[in-house]
Amino acid sequence: MVRSIMDSLPNWEPFYPGLVIMAPFLGFMFNGMLSLYINRPGIKTTSQDISRSKKISSVIGPGSILVSFVVVAINGLRMFVVEHPSALVKSYWTWIETSNFVVEAAIQVDSLSLVMMTVITGVGFLIHIFSMSYMENEKGYARYFAYLNLFVFFMLVLVMGSSYPIMFVGWEGVGLCSYLLIGYWFEDEEKASAGKKAFIVNRIGDLGFLLGIFLLYGALGAVDYQTLAASASKTFVYGGGWVTLITLFFLLAGVGKSAQIPLFVWLPDAMAGPTPVSALIHAATMVTAGIYLIVRSSILYSLAPLSSAIVAGIGVCTAFFAATIACKQYDIKKVLAYSTISQLGYMFLGVGVGAYTAGVFHLVTHAFFKALLFLGAGAVIHSMHHALHKVHSGDDPQDMRNMGGLRKFMPITCVLMWVATLAISGVWPFSGFFSKDEIIWMTGSLAMAESSPFPLLYKLYWSMALLTALLTAFYMTRFMVMTFHGKNRTTEGTQPEIIEAPKLMLLPLMVLGFLSLFGGWINVTPDLMKSAVGGFGFLPMTDWLHHWLEPVISESVAIQLDNVGELGHQSPAGGGEVSWALISTTAAICIVTTTIYRMSKNEVRSVGSKSKDGKISQLLYNKWYIDELYDQWIVRPLWRISHFCWKKFDQGLIDRAVNFSGRIAKGIGWFGSLFHTGQVNTYAFFLTLGLLAALIMVMS
Amino acid sequence: MVTEALFLSVMIFIIGTLGVIIRRNAIIMFLCVELQLNAVNLAFVALSRHAGIEGQLFVFFVMTVAAAEAAVGLAIIISIFRHYETVITDNISFLRW
Repeated sequence: MVRSIMDSLPNWEPFYPGLVIMAPFLGFMFNGMLSLYINRPGIKTTSQDISRSKKISSVIGPGSILVSFVVVAINGLRMFVVEHPSALVKSYWTWIETSNFVVEAAIQVDSLSLVMMTVITGVGFLIHIFSMSYMENEKGYARYFAYLNLFVFFMLVLVMGSSYPIMFVGWEGVGLCSYLLIGYWFEDEEKASAGKKAFIVNRIGDLGFLLGIFLLYGALGAVDYQTLAASASKTFVYGGGWVTLITLFFLLAGVGKSAQIPLFVWLPDAMAGPTPVSALIHAATMVTAGIYLIVRSSILYSLAPLSSAIVAGIGVCTAFFAATIACKQYDIKKVLAYSTISQLGYMFLGVGVGAYTAGVFHLVTHAFFKALLFLGAGAVIHSMHHALHKVHSGDDPQDMRNMGGLRKFMPITCVLMWVATLAISGVWPFSGFFSKDEIIWMTGSLAMAESSPFPLLYKLYWSMALLTALLTAFYMTRFMVMTFHGKNRTTEGTQPEIIEAPKLMLLPLMVLGFLSLFGGWINVTPDLMKSAVGGFGFLPMTDWLHHWLEPVISESVAIQLDNVGELGHQSPAGGGEVSWALISTTAAICIVTTTIYRMSKNEVRSVGSKSKDGKISQLLYNKWYIDELYDQWIVRPLWRISHFCWKKFDQGLIDRAVNFSGRIAKGIGWFGSLFHTGQVNTYAFFLTLGLLAALIMVMS
Repeated sequence: MVTEALFLSVMIFIIGTLGVIIRRNAIIMFLCVELQLNAVNLAFVALSRHAGIEGQLFVFFVMTVAAAEAAVGLAIIISIFRHYETVITDNISFLRW
């Protein structure tokens, strides 16, 4: 039965879908071998060798991703021309086969995975291009591209697998690559341990994923998406215990990978990796795997209203919480890290309220503008680093207190960063406006639905989401003003050394800038399109994504509608979709302008400033002391328990038992050795005794 | 007649055995082994009256083997003597551990 489902041919013509996965893998193999070859022990490589190997890596690394992207694009176009594209499931071999549990090594290409594949290979390719320039002076250039290729490979496995176990393979693989790339500069103890922290925190989520798969198999007898989609609504009861438990375990997995409360602590530390890595892994792709998992399991979540409410709750709390922290950070990458956590919270809110399209939509737009922000920050760090290096200054090139006024030196980067900032702040017509607004609107309309499961809770979510949107506008503007505007705060003589990023870096930034600006126009509801927000129908906007994802999520949405009734047409505070879109963009613009005005009046405090912050500022600067709390309540008790087990149980009990048995053997040996005198006579005596004993035994 | 012969044989055998166990001189121990062998020979011969001619036949075999054994044993003792300049076994315990 499984076989027949696994090899379903779609109504569109696929174009070598396996090549999408294979190209980055081959790239990894090649770059990895090149890296090993260049650094083989006992051989001193000349600088000519190194520059040649860098050239090869520069072709293979981005090239393999480009191949993937082209194949994805061809498949996408072929699906695009078909009315209702169905899923392609292609099985290559049987991975696990027991009498009643079969997992095929199969890929599934449908509308959802195609969206993810496009983002991964597209944004991934741009970031590879950026890396060529950013990492050009690194010793481990080939190693870097090997890891990056491997990451793209595993990420594609994650989104293209046709069943949860395959997704789990990719899930673990991207975790591995995340670990390797965070600890890319592993000579630095702090960076290496940041990688470890990311890996260990993620293990908790992985446990949830595994338990979820086991439970799903126990309930359904299958773990592939096709069977799930076909029989989930028959197998599971709406709001039943099984489905709630499974979805909660999957939520735990998503919480780990997508850095939500309470497992978000690894993501800020993950900024220790190279900045393009942060852009690719910790902003655009890997951290969205949790959202992908939930959208993939949307049918389960739509059957489990409690889990969905928890998903949304975790999402909105994380969004708010991380946004408050981002308001008081000074490290340019830390601000972006907390902003990423916050935006991921929005996506969780979206998928939690059943707005799966909105979640995926925000995932896509976020991939554009957050990759742009990170790469822009990378460009800033790059030139700051070079400038500070030239004047032999020990200042931190990532600290925004050392920047300011960079607009004059890096005008193009500044403009592009502003595009991304306005996008994330939710200003019309930038992409983030449409996606964020849809999530907030859907939250409100679920709160106002006829028989909403938790109306009060969803109203609270809605107001928190609005508040967070305002916070987002504030901290992002603060970030921009501190970096690019006001007086330059670098040490004397550094200014002339700060230069605009090289063309190779600016090119991906421009493409991402274009996407951040117009990327939101692919999913605008018809109501909005006809209003002022959509240029009264004159601007080229569509609600394409909504239709595109229908084959994957239509059933989940239908289940939700069956159970909660018609969604509200008003927000909890009155007013329709269009008016709230106008309100939110106006509010965002207001916040942005007031922040610019306020920030430009006040002096930014220097790094070593002694003047005291308010209590709340300190609390936010120290990230609500979450790391300290975890250290106090989780890490240390665990450490103490482990220490106890080691000292008392392991050394005290097990080691002693083992040593005791050894001592017994030793004692017996010692006793036996007493007979071993070395005197021939003794031996003869015992020989005689033995002989006598044998004789007596034979006789009797 | 047989009883007396067997009694003598047992006595000689016990003397030989005790000699091997008690004495420390390798040559004497060797002689005592010969004593044991000859005690058995005596028993064979004595019993052959009742049990048939094979007993006497065996005696020749034993004597042959004893001769070979004497050659090997004496060779070992000589080489021990060459090495240690003594044949008192008290001192020869280097292979103990």
